[in-house]
Amino acid sequence: MSEKTSGAVSKLQLSTPEISPKTVSKLITLKVKRYDPDAGRYKLSIYRISVTRFDTVLDALLKVVRDQDHTLSVRYSCRMGICGSCAMMINGVPRLACMTNAISLGDVIEIEPLKNFPPVKDLFVDMDQMFRKHRSVKPWLIRRDEEEQFTAKKEYLQKPEEVDAYRLFSTCIKCGACMAACPTVASNPDFLGPMVLAQAYRWSADSRDEGAHIRFDIVDNPNGVFGCHFAGACSAVCPKNSDPALAIQLLRKSILRGKR
Amino acid sequence: MEILRYDLVILGSGLAGLRAGIQAALTSKGKIRIAVLSKIHAMRSHSVAAEGGIAGVLYPEVTGDSFDAHAYDTIKGSDFLADQDAVELFVKLAPEELRFLDHLGVPWSRTPDGRIAQRLFGGMSIPRTAFAADKTGFFIMSTLYDNILRFDNVDIYHDHMATSFLMENGVFKGFTVLDLKEGTLKVFLAKAAIIASGGAARIYGFTTVSYAVTGDGAAMAYRAGIPVKDMEFIQFHPTGVVPAGVLITEAARGEGGYLINKDGERFMARYAPQRMEVAPRDIVARAIIREIMEGRGFIHEESGLGYVYLDLRHLGEEKINTRLPFIRELAKKLVNVDPVYEPIPVRPTAHYTMGGIHTDTYGHVMFDAKNYVPNLWAAGEAAAVSIHGANRLGSNSLAECSVYGRLTGEAAAKYALEASSSMLELSSSLEEAVKREEKRIFDELFKTETNAEDPYQIRGELWRTMDTYVYVFRDEKGLMEAGRIIRDLKNKYKRIRVDDRSRKYNMNLREAIELGNMLDVAEIVIVSALARTESRGAHYRLDYPKRDDVNWLKHTLAYYTPEGPRLDYIPVRITRWKPEERKY
Repeated sequence: MSEKTSGAVSKLQLSTPEISPKTVSKLITLKVKRYDPDAGRYKLSIYRISVTRFDTVLDALLKVVRDQDHTLSVRYSCRMGICGSCAMMINGVPRLACMTNAISLGDVIEIEPLKNFPPVKDLFVDMDQMFRKHRSVKPWLIRRDEEEQFTAKKEYLQKPEEVDAYRLFSTCIKCGACMAACPTVASNPDFLGPMVLAQAYRWSADSRDEGAHIRFDIVDNPNGVFGCHFAGACSAVCPKNSDPALAIQLLRKSILRGKR
Repeated sequence: MEILRYDLVILGSGLAGLRAGIQAALTSKGKIRIAVLSKIHAMRSHSVAAEGGIAGVLYPEVTGDSFDAHAYDTIKGSDFLADQDAVELFVKLAPEELRFLDHLGVPWSRTPDGRIAQRLFGGMSIPRTAFAADKTGFFIMSTLYDNILRFDNVDIYHDHMATSFLMENGVFKGFTVLDLKEGTLKVFLAKAAIIASGGAARIYGFTTVSYAVTGDGAAMAYRAGIPVKDMEFIQFHPTGVVPAGVLITEAARGEGGYLINKDGERFMARYAPQRMEVAPRDIVARAIIREIMEGRGFIHEESGLGYVYLDLRHLGEEKINTRLPFIRELAKKLVNVDPVYEPIPVRPTAHYTMGGIHTDTYGHVMFDAKNYVPNLWAAGEAAAVSIHGANRLGSNSLAECSVYGRLTGEAAAKYALEASSSMLELSSSLEEAVKREEKRIFDELFKTETNAEDPYQIRGELWRTMDTYVYVFRDEKGLMEAGRIIRDLKNKYKRIRVDDRSRKYNMNLREAIELGNMLDVAEIVIVSALARTESRGAHYRLDYPKRDDVNWLKHTLAYYTPEGPRLDYIPVRITRWKPEERKY
């Protein structure tokens, strides 16, 4: 290919989106209910901010942080809906801020920390208990022969239809949105919750796994799979459409049928 | 001051860090205590955003693929700056890693008979990229995170951000670490450590990477006297969606997608007539900018960004849904474009740091060409081994993370098993270093001065500077200007203000610390790029448009000095493949 010298660098390169003078924008109001750890209570901050047509709620919050209030703490990272950091209550519904278009929500957006998690600061919540519950169901591939498992000479064959048995549930990003929506988690803090139960099923439904009976023993109780009242809120809010409610149904069915 | 002692501390919880942790746990058979530090939640590290796949020679008897073919593609892709002994090691271990990941439960896309499916990727001469739909990085990360939980001797520290390396007499001693949730500084002492803290592409504003990819590991190593290598080589991924910069996987082209200019032409015919859209990334990125520059692109109305189209419509809805579902989801949500019916607006976006902490062939950190930091390793994007040289091939990064996570995890665990616990003592001079770091963070960054500078203004200026002058095409004038601006920003940084005075989850403080790291890394990139008066791989100088093997077939090492980076050079290790002209 020929790539001759032509033109100064500054002419070729174009600036970042945020500084463009051409940006078409609209003013909206963000009402942010934030937790103050020093006072031990929530307070409300109201911001007027301009957003463009593709700005997400996260973009709007980050503009607030940048231009108006450096003290507002928001958990965020990938801004492409795959890391699971920025789940929060947006107009009362747990959603990923980075995958929620701002303008389409109207003139006022109400934002709160994710429900059913202990608040720590502003929009940050403590997810340690969810992570501990997740670990408690042994969410990893269990094989009887670990020696063989960790010295892989050949892959385990798995037909596409065998992948289909668990693929949907392997898309969970552990953002906690389903836990925030679940009425049982709200009333019983010991209930494992949709994220955790769905993961117990994901690993048990994998044709390479030999540990379903171990996990079934862990979740076969009122704080486990039998605590679920099938409200279905988890699947309604899941930002990845991972359908944890279906996983719980399938998990319960497997246990009731004694398929271990 | 809380002091924690571990046999092995792994900095970073991405693919390389988690793979290293698993290997160290297996190698030590539970006999060593291992800590994994993550400045965010461990499972959210940016490896989750890798989309297209992971390379490895899996079925040579069926496909006719070979280690030599993978090695040659990688070396040619690197524009002959890769160290060939490292590449040979890497390609041999990559298929073992793919099988290991399978044994941990990665939900691969499969062939009808149950084998791991592979697709074509840029610069690869044969389909050798294994994948799990178009969320391969996410699925591998999720699998590694879930599986590391099985080990009782591994402690995961979420929300723990290292702020400096502790070194004494050329030996690594540990990290100072900010516990973000509590807002306290802790000391982690370690017999051995692995730096797996990822890359630095967030020094750019228009980038695929998450806000957390701020070059912390490279910056801390640099300030501790460890050289960082080849930092002028920043990869610009050809297809970042406009205006967000978010990644549209190369697999979109590997599966048959077209790049189209304003005249409806598949313009890659002019730049890489044989490989077309699946030429290596440096070549495709330059071609896109060239098209835009010469008036054959589109202009995005709101952002003013030039772009071309990535057209997937001819692939059909079914293929897009099975092979590229995440791309469809992202395009719909971020720019309201359904790729089944409309092309996606794209332009090159800062994506990957080929350079990194200087290591040997096995990921062991070195001070120069000869001397080691005896108990320190680096893996993944944080390290420059160098497998990728001047330009990485797509899907080699996940493979590198896994291969080098394993190699460094094993080596560091063996070292820690043998090491004496006297290594975990905090000497008085180290205690002084810890106090200085405590003072830097809680006194200096928090102190209010008149005319204090706003860190977000500085960050915005950094992004504009890098996006403008240190992008796909560079020249002396632009790089000089960038250097001047960065030095000015570094001076301003000394007087920044942190408005948030609270301790718990103080994002303002975290971002101020990250900004310091980004400014150091940006300066290294600029100084290294200015010195390299040739064009090689991703580093293209308009004023020096040819590769110059006589003078520049060598790696850059950048060392910290108070006045700015001091550069040194070491030779490239060439085994079997002599440098030749790169045509695609």
